[in-house]
Amino acid sequence: MLDVIESGGPFAFTDANRKRADAIIAKYPAGRQRSAVMGLLYLAQEQNGGWVSREALEYIADYLGLTRIQVLEVATFYTMYNLKRIGRHHVQVCGTTPCWLRGADEVMRACKDFGLEKGKSTADGLFHLSEVECLGACVNAPMVQIDADYYEDLDYERMTAILEALKRGETPQPGPQIDRQFSAPEGGPTTLKDRVPENVTPGGALKGGA
Amino acid sequence: MLKDQDRIFTNLYGYEDWGVDGAMGRGDWDGTREIMAKGQDWIIDQVKESGLRGRGGAGFPTGLKWSFMPKESRDGRPSYLVINADESEPGTCKDREIIRHDPHKLIEGALLAGYAMRARAAYIYIRGEFVREAERLEAAIAQAYDKGFIGRNACGSGYDFDVYLHRGAGAYICGEETALIESLEGKKGQPRLKPPFPANVGVWGCPTTVNNVESIAVTPTILRRGAAWFAGLGRPNNTGTKLFCISGHVNRPCTVEEEMSIPLKELIERHAGGVRGGWDNLLAVIPGGSSVPLIPKSVCDEVLMDFDSLKEVQSGLGTAAVIVMDKSTDIVRAIARISYFYKHESCGQCTPCREGTGWMWRVMERLAAGRAEKHEIDMLLDVTKQVEGHTICALGDAAAWPIQGLIRHFRDEIERRIDAYQAKAHAVAAE
Repeated sequence: MLDVIESGGPFAFTDANRKRADAIIAKYPAGRQRSAVMGLLYLAQEQNGGWVSREALEYIADYLGLTRIQVLEVATFYTMYNLKRIGRHHVQVCGTTPCWLRGADEVMRACKDFGLEKGKSTADGLFHLSEVECLGACVNAPMVQIDADYYEDLDYERMTAILEALKRGETPQPGPQIDRQFSAPEGGPTTLKDRVPENVTPGGALKGGA
Repeated sequence: MLKDQDRIFTNLYGYEDWGVDGAMGRGDWDGTREIMAKGQDWIIDQVKESGLRGRGGAGFPTGLKWSFMPKESRDGRPSYLVINADESEPGTCKDREIIRHDPHKLIEGALLAGYAMRARAAYIYIRGEFVREAERLEAAIAQAYDKGFIGRNACGSGYDFDVYLHRGAGAYICGEETALIESLEGKKGQPRLKPPFPANVGVWGCPTTVNNVESIAVTPTILRRGAAWFAGLGRPNNTGTKLFCISGHVNRPCTVEEEMSIPLKELIERHAGGVRGGWDNLLAVIPGGSSVPLIPKSVCDEVLMDFDSLKEVQSGLGTAAVIVMDKSTDIVRAIARISYFYKHESCGQCTPCREGTGWMWRVMERLAAGRAEKHEIDMLLDVTKQVEGHTICALGDAAAWPIQGLIRHFRDEIERRIDAYQAKAHAVAAE
């Protein structure tokens, strides 16, 4: 069965993940356990080191009482399930127009110069590079997602620095890579200035000119 | 400019505690039980009177939408509120800020909206890539349960209401409400034919209303401060405050809450530091997320950021994601990249969209290079009209509109490229 998907050897949820799986199933009304398939695929992917094997798909089908094709069509429809082994850090460069306008090509070039190749994992198994569609952080463009985190306000040098840090085994600080507070304008917000700690005196009053 | 005291999202930038204590300090969960005690019809009437229109893109009146839900279940089917947090329209990044910095506004809104429409639970469908945001929201939901704000006897109201989080897994189409419902049922996210509408047959065959995160999150403040307060902001039929995401070629891109109907030029200059190189360096703006037609600078000079004003100039407010392009922009390539997006995200169900998005993208790529004939511009326009309105959901329309906007305002530029390409080809041939 499911011969199109790579084999990864025998698969079963760990005890901890069986508990998490049952908690996911419990979110949905009785008899609607099919709704849990996406959550269980994530659990399997996490337990399996970043990809979902044929055996994991079959296990989830049995776990939820679904046919195998019902699980397979979900696993293939959504882009976030990896159906083959990939490198340890999944570098996903957003290439959609808002990021492209602000230099996504430079971010991609930094990845390539670092030795990454689109759609491939590096020989040392450390990185996998993808170009993805809009990740919903457009005012912090250009940006990439690496594993669970967003790295924002990038350029060639900042992207290279992040890859170098990962290669050294460090975890770079996610979020904006320039001096700004999340989605506020660089240099400080234009609204609600009294909510910015550095704009306020110890007494709570707004400092002059802020 | 909107006064600070009229802002709803007072922790938009996350300077303060996102958690339940911080949220209560900002006025969330204050008197929720008393609001519920005013009754379900009162809540729906208030939301109707506020003029709130859906913040997910279509702008359908929110209160009216809620009123479509059954007031009682004649056949035992429960009702559900589904909250669309599948924020994926290119340019749009506002719901993310609500989720990670003001999640309790969303959860309290879920309770009040769910109560008003007699739903037994809310399912929040969050895009899969928002891993950290999902963790934050899950933590906020747990806080709300711990405080007794949701769950059994929510806020001491006597009403039982659950809130659950469901993670998507990377499919733009799941932002379409019926695709989202399919996905919530554990299937491929392919849109359903309507009718039946979700208010009759939605998730698991039960009455369902799907609302955008921002629509739900502004509800508690509207109910506290009154419909008249919200309706007094903006213009008639375009009321309230709105989160705007300003991206692209501006000096300081940002997300900001402003009054509806603010002039586009004021929005960009006041909050985003102006267009790179000055206002006169502006080429065009996509004012409402990638699916709406672009508007050239001449229109940007005067247009107001609201539903009606942008419709008048053949564009739309959409999600209020303002993508700014200065004169250095290769405008044909910018739109071609959007065409690629829709080709990538077509679910493949309807032939005009599945085949049309790929076809349109390939032609757009040739136009970007100038490697085309001029009559193909009209042929492309014709194909966009054959896709538009001929598919189950609006993704076909969303793929057609950006191209139509480009041809409407930049036909000269497309023709110039074709001329340049042909002149170069002739020059090479003559050598």
